[in-house]
Amino acid sequence: MNVLFFLIPISLLLGGVGLVAFLYTVRSNQYDDPEGDANRILSGQYDDKPRS
Amino acid sequence: MTATLRPPVSACPACDAVPAAEALAAGAEAQQDARVALSVPGVHCAACISTVEGALAKHPGVKSARVNLTLKRASVEADPEVAAADLVAVLAKVGYEAHELDAGTLSATQTDKAGRDLLMRLAVAGFASMNVMLLSISVWSGAEAATRDMFHWISAAIALPTIVFAGRPFYVSAWNALKHRRLNMDVPIVLAIVLAVVTSLWETSLSGEHAYFDAALALVFFLLAGRYLDHRTRAVARSAAEELAALEVPRAIRVVDGVEETVQVATLAVGDLVMVRPGGRMPVDGEIVEGRSELDRSLLTGETLPVFAEPGLAVSAGEVNLTGPLLIRATAVGEQTSLHRMADLVAIAESGRSNYTSLADSAAKLYAPGVHILSALSFLGWYLYTFDMRTALNIAAAVLIITCPCALGLAVPAVTTAASGRLFRKGMLIKHSTALERLATVDTVVFDKTGTLTAGTPSLTNLADHDPRDLSIALALAAGSAHPLSRALAEAATKAGIIAADVENIEEVPGFGTQGGWRGQRVRLGRASWIGTQPLAQTSAFLRIGDAAPVAFSFTDSLRDGAKEAVDALINDGIEVMLISGDSTCAVEELATRLGITKWIAEALPEDKAARIAALGDQGKKVLMVGDGLNDTAALAGAHVSISPASALDAARVASDIVLLGGDLSPIADALITARSAIKRIRENFQIATVYNVIAVPLAVAGLATPLIAALAMSLSSITVSLNALRLR
Repeated sequence: MNVLFFLIPISLLLGGVGLVAFLYTVRSNQYDDPEGDANRILSGQYDDKPRS
Repeated sequence: MTATLRPPVSACPACDAVPAAEALAAGAEAQQDARVALSVPGVHCAACISTVEGALAKHPGVKSARVNLTLKRASVEADPEVAAADLVAVLAKVGYEAHELDAGTLSATQTDKAGRDLLMRLAVAGFASMNVMLLSISVWSGAEAATRDMFHWISAAIALPTIVFAGRPFYVSAWNALKHRRLNMDVPIVLAIVLAVVTSLWETSLSGEHAYFDAALALVFFLLAGRYLDHRTRAVARSAAEELAALEVPRAIRVVDGVEETVQVATLAVGDLVMVRPGGRMPVDGEIVEGRSELDRSLLTGETLPVFAEPGLAVSAGEVNLTGPLLIRATAVGEQTSLHRMADLVAIAESGRSNYTSLADSAAKLYAPGVHILSALSFLGWYLYTFDMRTALNIAAAVLIITCPCALGLAVPAVTTAASGRLFRKGMLIKHSTALERLATVDTVVFDKTGTLTAGTPSLTNLADHDPRDLSIALALAAGSAHPLSRALAEAATKAGIIAADVENIEEVPGFGTQGGWRGQRVRLGRASWIGTQPLAQTSAFLRIGDAAPVAFSFTDSLRDGAKEAVDALINDGIEVMLISGDSTCAVEELATRLGITKWIAEALPEDKAARIAALGDQGKKVLMVGDGLNDTAALAGAHVSISPASALDAARVASDIVLLGGDLSPIADALITARSAIKRIRENFQIATVYNVIAVPLAVAGLATPLIAALAMSLSSITVSLNALRLR
C-alpha cells in the first residue's frame, strides 16, 4: 500500500489545480458573457482587446 | 430555508439603482472618459457582434466598444463629447435598434459580488467533498487500522479549513438568528456541521471506526448549491429590472438666459426653468410659464381625457406633454415631487404585507425545534443507558446529520429556479423571492384600466357615422399633427381608404387643435371649447367646417394585446375579476362590459384603490393587483401580490412583485397555473424529505446509522428533490 504515499498527494494536487483554475476563471470575469464568447470564436477577426 | 437571512435586496431593485444614479449625476463633471451603455436587443450572432463593434469603433471619439451578447448590451468608452444619441444613430444606420441605458443605474450591481462569493465557496466545498468522499469510499470498502486512521486524518486536514471557509454564510445567518432569539433553518445546520466535525475529530484521535467528515462536507456543498440557485434566480430578475429602470435616462432640458442645455434631472433646483417638448414627460413638479398644450395625466390619475394646459397651470412630475412645447418653472424637485410623495402611501400599504411567512420559514419553524429535541433526547437516552459519553455524542451527531435539511435546503430554490426560468421565457420577471408562493394562492384579481387593460393609445369608434367629405377634411387636418387623437384619426381614415382633402395653410394651435382653409372656408379640428360646442363624456375631437354644425369624432382606448384572453381565462378559472380605475364612469363601464367584468369601480382616487385592496384583504381574499400608473402604486404595494407591465412608471414597477416584460397580458393566467404547480412541487419536496427522515431517523436513534447510510440518505434525498423540481410544467 506504499503507493498511496504518492497517489494521494498527486490526486489532491490535480484536484487543487482544477479548483485554482476555476477560481481564476471566476475572478477574471470569464462567465460574464458566455453566449458572446461562444459566438466570438466563429468570427474571423482576431480579438485583440478581450475585456479584462 | 433562508428567507429570514437574505440580504434585503429583492424587494426593490430600482431602489438600489436610484441612489447610484444620483451619485453618478453628482460626480458627472468629475468623470472624464464617458462610458456609454446601450441596449441592443437585435444582436444575436457572431456577425452582429463584429458589425456593431466595428460601426461603433469607427465613430470619431470612440475609444473602444464591446458587445455583451448574453445581456444584449454594448458598452462604449468614448470622449465625454460623444453623446449616446449619436451612437444610437450610428447603430440605426447599420440596422440595429439601440436604446441608451443609464450607466449609473447599471454599474451599481454590474459585478455580482455576492454571487461570485457564493460560487467560490461552492467550488471549494465541491472540491473538498469529492476528495473526502473518495477517501471515505475506501474506508467503507474495508480499509483498516493504520490506513483507516491515515485516511481519516487526511480527510480532517481537508475538511476543517473547507468547513471554516465554505460554511461561513450559514454561521453568519445562524448567529444573526440566535442574536434575535429566533430559530431558523441554519441553526440546526450549523449545529450538525460543528457536532459532526467535533465528534469525528474525537473518534479519529481515538482510532475510531466512524468519521463524518464526508457528511459534513456534502451537507455544506448541497446547501450552498441551493443557496446559489436561489441567488442566481434573483440576480437574473434584478438585472432585468435594473435594465428597465436604466432605459429611462433621467435628463431634462434646462433653460438658462434663453439658452437650452441638457442636464441630469437630479441637478435641477427649485426655480429652474425647464423646457418640455411634445411627447416628453415632466421631470419635476412646476407651473407652466409659457406655451399651450395638452397634458396626458393617465399614468397619474387613470383619466384618458387629455387636459388643456396653459400658463399658470400646475403640473406634476410624470405627466406627458402632448402637443406644444412648454416652459415650466420648477416648484418641487427630486424627493419633494408628487411622484416621490406617493412613496409614503406605498410605505403604509407595504407594512400590511410584510407579515407574510414563506413556506420555507414555516417549515423551519416546525422543523428546527423538533430536530434539536430529538437529538438531545437520543443523547440523554444513550448516556443514561450506557454512561458512555463517546457513544452518546456519536449518536446525537448521527441524528443531527441524518435529519439535516439537505433536501429541505434544495426543496424551495430548485423549484423556484425552474418556475422563474419558465415564466421569464414567457415574459414575466419574478422580482420578489416569495412572489410565486403568494401568486399561487390568489383568488381575486383587480385590474387597473388605463395603460393596463388598455394600451393607452386611442382608436376611433364612429368612423362609419361620418360622410366621406368630412372624413377627408379631418384626415388632412389630423395628418398635420402628432397629437395621439389626430394620429388615431388619421390611421383609421387612411385604413378606410379615405384620401385627404385639399386643405391649405394647415397650422397646429398647441393645446387646441389644427386649423386650415378649405374652398375658402375655415376648417378646424380640435377641442370642444375651441370649436364652440359642448364636450362629450367620452374622449372626442370635433370638426367644424365654416359655420356648419360641429361633427364629433369619438375615441376609445384600444385594448392591450391579450387583455381579453387574460380576463376570460381568469374568469373560467373561477377567479373573481374586478376593475378599479380613476377614469370616468362611462369609460370604465364601457370597457367592463366589453371584457365581461361585472364588478367595476370608476373615478377612484389612489387612496380609494389602496383602501379597496386593503378591505378585500381584510375579508380574507388573496388579491392580485395588476396596474401601471402612479395612482396604482399604493394598491400594488398593498395587494397580496402585484404585477405591472414594463410600460409602467418606474415607481409602479418598483412597488410590484412581478413585471410583465412584453406588451401582452395573456401570460398572467398561465403564471397563476405555473405558480400553483410550483407550490405543489415544493410541498411534494417537503414530503419527500420527510419520508427520508422517517426512514433514516429511527436507524440513527437506534445507533445503527453509519457514515455510509448518512451519505446515502443525504445524496438520494437531494437528488430526488432536484429531479422532482425539474418535472415542473
